[in-house]
Amino acid sequence: MTESTLSLAIAQARRWYWQRISAMVLAICALIHLAGMIWAVRGGLSAAEILGRTQGNWGFASFYALFVLACAIHVPIGLHNVLTEWTALSEQTSLRLSRLFGLFLLFFGLRAVFAVVAP
Amino acid sequence: MSKNLQVKVWRGKEAGDFVSYEVPRHESQTVLDVVTHIQRHLEPSLAYRFACRVGMCGSCAMTVNGQARWTCRTHVAKVASNDQLEIAPLSHLPVIKDLVTDMREFFDKWHRAQGYFQGSRSRHDEFAAVKPDSAERRAANAGIECIGCGVCYASCDVVSWRPDYLGPAALNRSWTLINDVRDTQQQDRMRAVAGDAGCHSCHTTGSCTERCPKHISPTAAIAGLKRVTARAAVRGKL
Amino acid sequence: MKRRNDQRARAHAVYWAFLTHRLSGLALALFLPFHFWALGQALHGAAGLDRFLQLTDHPLFKTAEWGLAILLSLHLAGGVRLLLIEFGDSGGLRKDWIAIAAGFATVAGLAFGLSLLQ
Repeated sequence: MTESTLSLAIAQARRWYWQRISAMVLAICALIHLAGMIWAVRGGLSAAEILGRTQGNWGFASFYALFVLACAIHVPIGLHNVLTEWTALSEQTSLRLSRLFGLFLLFFGLRAVFAVVAP
Repeated sequence: MSKNLQVKVWRGKEAGDFVSYEVPRHESQTVLDVVTHIQRHLEPSLAYRFACRVGMCGSCAMTVNGQARWTCRTHVAKVASNDQLEIAPLSHLPVIKDLVTDMREFFDKWHRAQGYFQGSRSRHDEFAAVKPDSAERRAANAGIECIGCGVCYASCDVVSWRPDYLGPAALNRSWTLINDVRDTQQQDRMRAVAGDAGCHSCHTTGSCTERCPKHISPTAAIAGLKRVTARAAVRGKL
Repeated sequence: MKRRNDQRARAHAVYWAFLTHRLSGLALALFLPFHFWALGQALHGAAGLDRFLQLTDHPLFKTAEWGLAILLSLHLAGGVRLLLIEFGDSGGLRKDWIAIAAGFATVAGLAFGLSLLQ
């Protein structure tokens, strides 16, 4: 086995590992989020209600920042697999595209958390 | 039970077509019986493989009505609805002729997954003492009955999506050897099966376990490999 | 061009569990940017967010939200099943967890649906 083949395999094994670790974090976050959604959606949504709960709420901010971070790790790895297996894109291209998507999620996700928490 | 079966059989190589034959139907008839009848009485140029014809060697594996099976162990009564049968070679392998595939890549991948034993003792040494009920030995035993028939390889979608993917049989064999305490090349083996060409591309589609005629679970073996190799990779031991 | 299988080879529960997991993951991944953009409207203050929320007051939109909640539940429960298969000891393909995932998604869908209608 050549050096480069081995380092590629190790990188791929690490990606598998981090996708599963982030999945464990997401399982908890998503469960809490689902419960929260089901509760919050009763009687319709309004900006006043939502922002009343979230503004200045740093516990809320930490929870959702963690949620966003876990997504930004988890989604690109899955996306990379799907692009490599189901499209004609090369391994390299699909890796770059999915990483780009991950950065996009991280930025817009944290921006969204800031948007609802900042007083 | 009507008198005749309408049987479509693949003729040619990867490029080819199904040709229809009419075959008399019998009680307790297997799909291998059907193929044999066609070659002996209707089409002598039909190429197919078989050996033991009693479910021990795995040579007669083909695609029957879209699913990979041992034809000697597939009763026509079980699979022929409306007296129709479709018989094709195993998927994901080059076709030599008609129902015969080139199994070389299947066995090459077995080798690439380090699916062979290497020990350190000679016949002049004491036997290795391996407890049969140890966790490792039980894990190995669950997978060692594989006879390399190729049904799992032909059933796995990841094999068709990733040309480098070692496949369920090779990885299953590797897992039995990872659990063999006498083997001396475990690091090489872990390196061989880690990554996207190895166990980490298994998406638990489960077709291998569903179709294995020996009721082995390559999915479980591969899950074991994932744990062992990821742990080693993250600890820098790969 | 090697021969490939068709749907007849994929007609079993564990394969459907895989397909559901992959397709729901894709759908959620594609949905997230919209979700983050929508919430980001709060940067324009409560009025900004309310403007967006008015757009969502449409039955088609509510149905999509409901669908997404179901997809999230399916992906979540299916994911837990995979974690059990990959990190748990012997348990095989955990076909019971396929049923649990379907059940969980049904319950979550019902609960969310009821909340939407209130």
